[in-house]
Order: sequence, then structure tokens, then C-alpha cells
Amino acid sequence: MIATRGRRLRPAWAYGVAVAFLVAATLVSALVGAADLNPIATITALADRIPFVHLPSGLDSLDRAVLFEIRLPRITVAIMVGGLLSVAGAGYQGVFRNPLVDSGMLGASAGAGLGATLAIVYLGSAGPSAVPVAAFAGSLAGVAMAYLSGAVGGSGTTTLLLAGVAVGLFLTAVQTYVLQRSTQDLQQVYSWLLGSLSGATWQQAGEIAPYAAVSVAIVLLHGRHLDVLSVGDEEARALGTHPGRVRLIVVAACALAAASAVAVSGLIGFVGIVVPHVVRRVAGPSYRLVLPLSLLTGAGFLVLADTLARTVVSPAELPIGVVTALVGSPVFVWILRSTNAVRT
Amino acid sequence: MNAIQVAGVTVELDRVRVLHAVSCAVSSGGWLALIGPNGAGKTTLLRAVAGLLPHRGTIRVDQTDLGALRGRGRARLIAYLPQVPVLPPDLTVGEYVLLGRTPHLGYLGAPGRGDRRKAAEASEWLDVARFAGRRLGSLSGGERQRVRLARALAQEPRVLLLDEPTGDLDIGHQQQVLELIDDLRRSRGVTVVSILHDLTQASQYAGHLVLLAAGRVEAAGPPAAVLTEDLISRVYAARVTVTADPAGYPVVTAVRPPPSSQPSR
Repeated sequence: MIATRGRRLRPAWAYGVAVAFLVAATLVSALVGAADLNPIATITALADRIPFVHLPSGLDSLDRAVLFEIRLPRITVAIMVGGLLSVAGAGYQGVFRNPLVDSGMLGASAGAGLGATLAIVYLGSAGPSAVPVAAFAGSLAGVAMAYLSGAVGGSGTTTLLLAGVAVGLFLTAVQTYVLQRSTQDLQQVYSWLLGSLSGATWQQAGEIAPYAAVSVAIVLLHGRHLDVLSVGDEEARALGTHPGRVRLIVVAACALAAASAVAVSGLIGFVGIVVPHVVRRVAGPSYRLVLPLSLLTGAGFLVLADTLARTVVSPAELPIGVVTALVGSPVFVWILRSTNAVRT
Repeated sequence: MNAIQVAGVTVELDRVRVLHAVSCAVSSGGWLALIGPNGAGKTTLLRAVAGLLPHRGTIRVDQTDLGALRGRGRARLIAYLPQVPVLPPDLTVGEYVLLGRTPHLGYLGAPGRGDRRKAAEASEWLDVARFAGRRLGSLSGGERQRVRLARALAQEPRVLLLDEPTGDLDIGHQQQVLELIDDLRRSRGVTVVSILHDLTQASQYAGHLVLLAAGRVEAAGPPAAVLTEDLISRVYAARVTVTADPAGYPVVTAVRPPPSSQPSR
């Protein structure tokens, strides 16, 4: 028997580590890339943007454009997408008391995929610009379908998850059918499905910011309720909470968070499942810590993953979904194996 | 004064009537034990009192009609420990006990210093404070029951509902847990309603027994009035003798039928 799995970090330390990780990832990503930016000049240029700090920057106007119009918007979108996917994954795991649930469950990814495919295939030249909205709407519609089919008569969380699987398979089947009838769009749809932040702009970041802020705030405010749910619906009710209501609110907020991320990034797997697990191992299972730490760590993780995606095979780019899955799959296996070791 | 008054409570589960107009009462600070064979409706009655099942009839706790209370208000009066708990294995004892403060927090509130103090006091009282940092998954059966009681105590309820609190414990730990519950009852004035399968333990600890059979109250009263050979044999379809222990509590012993009367195998 493994009595303890390592010591937990104190919350203050855990926050410190997560913030340091995010800052380090951001700096690395700002400095690395096709254009060679002088590190010290870059850091001074960044520090110059902090309110009330005024520093002479050594960057010329081209370097400034690379930093502020290409790299920083991309880093900002990566921070948002990574944070959103991780918080949504952690929230779903709390709602379903199931550590294997991901932000793409409940028909979210399948709905987004179908929405994007429909936009690309049927909207012609207007397609690409409509993809984010279509993916966003498809993702939310997928979760709504899963919830409405699964949440009958106060049934348990397993029914809801299974309904999500069924809805996901159904939507994926529709998407495959649509795609199979217009093979000329295959390339474009698949490159979207694998996820990319290559076209990230300040405008994208601004567009998803309101949804991101609202959804993250709602999920974070329910951390304590997810802790109460962890003792089971029966005892949670005996403690005076309403599990069904908490579940509906958190699922809605997580769906909104995941949909906002998917709209600008395409489908990026594994972030929502791997990041919360790493956080749990460091800080323990309480959602009051897991949720905010997942937000920070997921943001840093995706910034690093995106940096790899755009540098490893430079000047070409790897799809970021491929990078997160390459890192995510081995970590996932490790989680499965070590969880098994604890239970026996 | 009665702490709990159950009057004409009828419960249907999946359209099957499981409780038929059950009435019973226990005075403030008393201990009522629900006894009866499997399927008699003991757990159903306990869950109805905990407000977890829709029912007809009235249930009053300290003169308050439970039907008029919602979630948190009810949970500030009543703590309920089901027979099989869900204990998240990685949660620490301290975190788990603190969950007992839930009914005292607002929807978006967080436990404050006062809540932590009350959780710590409850942990001290049940002697689990010294392993507050341990994971629930690493506890023994006896430790687990003490931790669950600490969570219930942190809830500061007037009534404690316990579904087989001695479930899978050995005889020594059963006694320890029952003594702890009795201490809690005496020192804090908490009213206890528990399901107990061991009839001798029920007679030793509970001042008032309610014998349920097929969803109806078959007998109710002090142990000596309820635990009779006739009644037990009939309701449980068991062969028993009832004697008295040195302190005078009825002791129910199962008696094996003589081998000769058994069908040959």
C-alpha cells in the first residue's frame, strides 16, 4: 500500500510555483522564434508596458512589431485557451466525480467539430471567418444536447456521461458524413481539428475575453461546492447543498469556457485532463485549490506547447493538438498506472 | 419535550409503499434505535427524517416542521451519516471535517476562522485532530467512523441520524464508537437516532427502541418491553433467547436449532 503520495505543497507555495511557471513560459515564448530578439531588450520592452514603469527599449520598430503584434497576441491567446481548457476539465471532473473526464466531453468537441466543418463546407468564402462562431455555437449545442438527453429524472452522473458519449458519437458521425461528401475541404477541416494558434490576434483575444472572464469566475466560485459534491450526492444534500443545481451551473460555465477556447484554437486535447491531475498531485484534491492552480498551470503549459509547435519544425508549424497529445498521452498513461497502484 | 416527532409518515419508492403511516418520537437528548429485519424500512425512515425523500405525514424537529425548511436550514438541525459513506481517498481528515461547516456558509461564502475553530474543536473532541493531515484513504475502519462523527459534530446539529454506525467494525471498536456517540449525546444534548443491527447493543445504548417490520411499527418502547423472545422470533423468523447482562440490559442471543431437527444435507 502506498500510504502517501509525496508531500503536498502549501497553498502559498503552490501558487508561487504556478505563477513562476506561467511567467517563465511567457518569457521563453516571447524570446524564442524565427526572428531573433535580443533578450534584455525584449524584457525591457515588456517591462516598459507595465503601468508607471518607463524604460528605454533597445528594440527597433520591426522587432517591436514582431513582439507586440505577433508573439504577444499569440501568447495571450495561448494563456487564455490553456487556462480555459484546464479549468473546464477540472470543473467537469469535480461535477462528475470522475478523474478521466475532459473539457471536450459531453459532446463539446464533437459539436465544435461539426460546427466548424459545416462552416467550412457550406459557407464557401465566408467559411473561414465564420468558423470561430460556428465552433463556439456547435460546442455549446453539443453540451446542451448531452445534458438534455442525460439529465432525465434526476438520474446520476453516469447517465449524463454516457449521454455525452452518445451525443458525441452522433455529432461526429454527422460531421464525417458531411466531410466525406466534400473531400476538397478535408485539409482545411483537419488542420482546424488538430488545433492551431498560428493566426492569433489581439482581436481574437478581445472577442473571447468576456466569455472567458464570466465562465472562469463562475467555475472558480464553485470550488467549495465541488468539494462538497465529492462526498456523494446523498451526503452533499444532507449538508444542505443542491447537487443538481451546482452541477447544472458548473457544467454550463465549463461548457462556455471550453467553447470560448475552441472558437479561437480548434480542438486541443489532453490539456483539460493532464493539467488538473498534475495540480492534484502537487496541491491535493480540494477544488478550491485545484481550479485556480489549473488555470495558471494550464495557461503556462499551453504557452510552452505552442512555443514547441512553432519552433520544432520551423519554419513550418506542428499542430498544437499534436504537441499536447504527444506530451499528454504518456502523462495520461502514468496517471492511470499510478492511480492503479494506489487503489490496490 | 420531544426533539423529534414523526407522525403518519408514508413513503413510496418506485411506486411501492415502503413505509405505512409510521409514527414515533424521541425526547430531546435521547437515543432512539431503529431495529427490524432487512427490508423493514429502517433506512427509508432515517432518510425521510433527514429530508432526503419525499414523504407524506409530518416530521418535526424541536417543534419545527421539516417540510417548512430548505437545504441549509434543515442541515443546521440534522446531521446524517449513511451506512456506506463516499470518502474521497485523497482528501485529508482536516479538509473532510471542515465540510461539516457547509450548512453554516452562504452560497458563495468560504469557511472563516470561526468555522476552522469549530472544525478543530470537533476533531479534538473525537481525537482525530492529531492526524488531521492524513488522507482519508489511509484510515482504519475505527478511525474512519471517528472522522465521520467529527464532521457531523462540526455541523453543530441538534439531531444525529446514524445508519449502522458500527457496520464493519470489530467488537472493541463497535463499543468505542457507541461510547463516543453516547458521550456526545450526554455532553452536548444531541438527540441520536440510529439503526442498529445488534439487538444487545441497541438495548445497552438506546433508551427507546422502535421495531419496524414490513414498513410498519411493530413495537416501540424501552428495550425490556420490545426485546422479548416472542416478538423477536416472530418478526425476525429467528430462534433467540433473551437474558439479562449484569447491568440488567436485555441480551439477545441467537440459538441454533438442534441438529436433529435440521433436514439432512
